[in-house]
Amino acid sequence: MAANAPALATQLKLLIVDDSNVIRRRIERCQQIEHLQVVGLASNGVEAIEVFRQTDPDVVTMDITMPEMDGIECVEQLVAIKPDVLILIISALADKATAVEAMEKGANGFLNKPFSDRQLNEALAELIGGA
Amino acid sequence: MLEEQDIRAFVHGTTRYFEVAAQQAASVGSPYLVTEGAPEIHDYNGVIAVSGRRNGIVYFSAPRGMLTVLLMKMNESNVSHEYLCDLVGEVANTIAGNVRRDLGKDFAISVPSVVTGAGNSVDLPAGGRPVVIPIHWRSHVAKLVVCLQ
Repeated sequence: MAANAPALATQLKLLIVDDSNVIRRRIERCQQIEHLQVVGLASNGVEAIEVFRQTDPDVVTMDITMPEMDGIECVEQLVAIKPDVLILIISALADKATAVEAMEKGANGFLNKPFSDRQLNEALAELIGGA
Repeated sequence: MLEEQDIRAFVHGTTRYFEVAAQQAASVGSPYLVTEGAPEIHDYNGVIAVSGRRNGIVYFSAPRGMLTVLLMKMNESNVSHEYLCDLVGEVANTIAGNVRRDLGKDFAISVPSVVTGAGNSVDLPAGGRPVVIPIHWRSHVAKLVVCLQ
């Protein structure tokens, strides 16, 4: 797994979606964020779609268990809007069926909570490495 | 009634949380069944409703001091009441969500709700018999309460 960020000609725009303030801020503090520009934050799926339309991000980190609209449904809608968006699911739901469902809806990676800073950096580096 | 494998899954989820998120292991005491009334709660309580294969609630109950240190270990400088509430819900959500690794997708969990104040109480499902899993981390003591039918 790549620990260092790939060299990108331009910064990719990032939207962070999680109903926890603590988790959103942890992701914002991630070293890998230096290679990404945070353009929006959202605390549920409905808000995420609204912010997504306003900011047109290239990369999204997405929680699953959220009020209003869960992350799986949100992934499906975001991919319908922008098929080449890169989505990393960051969720506590640790069963294989949920991970498979998320990937089938269009997610590109899956990181289980709880996560260490190193695991988060590696997951984001791997995700944007394909961009 | 909880089975041994269910309790083992919750114990594993709890120890894993502290090992990974706090980078410092917690020790888990012997789980015990509360036969009368509800377990006493700490300052902050993250409550998850469970449905599907099992019905009931799971809650993580912790004192303010433990959550404050936990936030600081995560390099979070904001240790306000709002963030302590957020964290206690997130811990409960993470432990309950991780249990699906063992119990499967039919173990459905809600978004967390938070109860604060040690004098307050968490409503238990009728007929439920809560199992308390004591958690020792640094100098702090917390508990995970699992009450499933």
